[in-house]
Amino acid sequence: MDRMATRFAACKAQGRAALITFVTAGDPTVAATPAILDALVAGGADIIELGMPFTDPMADGPAIELANLRSLGSGTKTAHIFAIAADFRARHPDTPLVLMGYANPMLVRGSDWFADQCKAAGVDGVICVDVPPEEDAELGPALRSAGIHLVRLATPTTDAKRLPAVLEGASGFLYHVSVAGITGKQQAAQANIDMAVQKLKAATDLPIAVGFGVRTPEQAAAIGRIADGVVVGSAIVDLVGSHGDAAAPFVQQFVAALSGALTANSRETAA
Amino acid sequence: MTDTISLPNSLRSQPDASGHFGQFGGRYVAETLMPLILDLEKVYRAAKADPAFEEEYDYLLKQYVGRPNPLYHAARLTEALRKDAPAGKGAKIYLKREELNHTGAHKINNCIGQALLARRMGKKKVIAETGAGQHGVATATVAALFGMECKIFMGAKDVERQKPNVFRMKLLGAEVIPVTSGSATLKDSMNDALRHWVSNVHDTFYIIGTAAGPHPYPELVRDFQSIIGKEIKTQMMEAEGRLPDMLIAPVGGGSNAIGMFHPFLDDTDVAMIGVEAAGEGLTGKHAASLAGGASGILHGNRTYLLQDEDGQITEAHSISAGLDYPGIGPEHSWLHEIGRVQYMPVTDDEALASFQRLSALEGIIPALESAHAIAAAEQVAPTMDADKIIVVNLSGRGDKDIFTVADALGVEM
Repeated sequence: MDRMATRFAACKAQGRAALITFVTAGDPTVAATPAILDALVAGGADIIELGMPFTDPMADGPAIELANLRSLGSGTKTAHIFAIAADFRARHPDTPLVLMGYANPMLVRGSDWFADQCKAAGVDGVICVDVPPEEDAELGPALRSAGIHLVRLATPTTDAKRLPAVLEGASGFLYHVSVAGITGKQQAAQANIDMAVQKLKAATDLPIAVGFGVRTPEQAAAIGRIADGVVVGSAIVDLVGSHGDAAAPFVQQFVAALSGALTANSRETAA
Repeated sequence: MTDTISLPNSLRSQPDASGHFGQFGGRYVAETLMPLILDLEKVYRAAKADPAFEEEYDYLLKQYVGRPNPLYHAARLTEALRKDAPAGKGAKIYLKREELNHTGAHKINNCIGQALLARRMGKKKVIAETGAGQHGVATATVAALFGMECKIFMGAKDVERQKPNVFRMKLLGAEVIPVTSGSATLKDSMNDALRHWVSNVHDTFYIIGTAAGPHPYPELVRDFQSIIGKEIKTQMMEAEGRLPDMLIAPVGGGSNAIGMFHPFLDDTDVAMIGVEAAGEGLTGKHAASLAGGASGILHGNRTYLLQDEDGQITEAHSISAGLDYPGIGPEHSWLHEIGRVQYMPVTDDEALASFQRLSALEGIIPALESAHAIAAAEQVAPTMDADKIIVVNLSGRGDKDIFTVADALGVEM
């Protein structure tokens, strides 16, 4: 089993969902990012999504958009992001790392170059917001031949007819975007999430992670009762936004609360 | 490059089934939007095959927009250029008068078509992005005509600079939403329109203003704008009994240009020039994606973009807000790559000079976008024989630009 599968299996064995946390690379600076990533792990994050900043993050709400602009404004280059990833891999050999971002920065030097860089830096998976299954040839083949997971997104608009196309070539886990919208804004009704996750589980053996609009330990716990993973992004990115270079301890405290809520689920289940 | 790329029998048969023009175009959108644009494609195919759709579109273009607009022989401009040209040189210049359309530009051709599609899809709300406000005004106009709710996303800087158009849109019943994200210009208003769309896909139709974005937008916008080229063909046969030798149009996203060019793509004797905004010059700040950009992915399509080595989008600059965009429609990228259309940069200063010259010589104040095409014609016409014919697309009128021009010329109003 690879790092990603191992981690999902370990969480399942503990009777809880995996906690997947997102921050933007280079936010607020390249120098500050390693401490923030360490804080995520220390707080109990199981999988790290590292955002690749882009000038035009049109699927993101204000929180992550501002993080993108802070990062680029402080001079973050693609080379820095791979250096951050490689250093993270050296410090945390067992924690899966997923790069998340937009097609243009990923593909500007070609998909083979990007896949090679991911492999060399110890990146486990990639989420590309604006390469749908219809354009898989741009990115999918290169990642698959490098052994990097291509994590696909399923949304409330992905109907049963379309789902097989999304699942074809998806690996690592399936990311269920719980609201038709942008990151960090609205929040889906729990009943809708439950129904969506059940449908997805019937269609695939991949772990199902739920994200978009998850901001509190209570929400995370509720989603964790049904999903294999819970993704929290904007709420963490907001902490980085307000505390800047000194964000690490605040991030760790918040992630610990999220993690605690998911672990409490497993005690419930056991009792 | 032409001989290394295999070309289809007709250059008018693009895009392919997956929405690609060669390597360009495609559907690079978030999964949330994919089902909707697949649905839009189906609806568009059905509409194209439905005579009632075409009939209503034609009716509105005639009775509401005022088409066909004239193909006007610009005799004084032609003569002025011949005076300084070598003996026997100086092509005859015609202007396609898109600026005489209702709302003053070519934009309305596309908005009418897309509003008809929105109605077919049962959508009661429309949104659009706008730079200087021309596409915003055209969208607000058709929203009023069709009784649809309308939101226009406009960069906060542009809201401040283009107060008359903001007021027009409000008069027409639209809500104008100032966009403060990013650089607060056209590309950011497109980002925010996409953000709104993805959150409201169930009841909202996005009327994209140019021949760009995810498939099928580049194709359907081109088809709706092709009325320009079709009319030119008919009118030129009436006026001269033959096709023109050259077509010239300004290119931002490039909807007026592709609408003019597309009906002529297989007429190999008709040369074509698309005019990009070179701003302060190609070594300074500009908006010439083909001359100064590289292939990349933004706003749903693969096309030429102004970007840095990491694929970050760089800011465009042009005195003309309608050309102030770091990308270009994907079909133009393809026509550039296969060499069918020549693309030529024209600077702010050259466009300003032509803005004034056309006003004084012909009594027509062109939009700054169109002034770029006039400037190109002024450079090319004197090198062509006097029996050659050029058609310039006068894509919009310049009333909206008089404050910008006065400012650039240092005139107090």
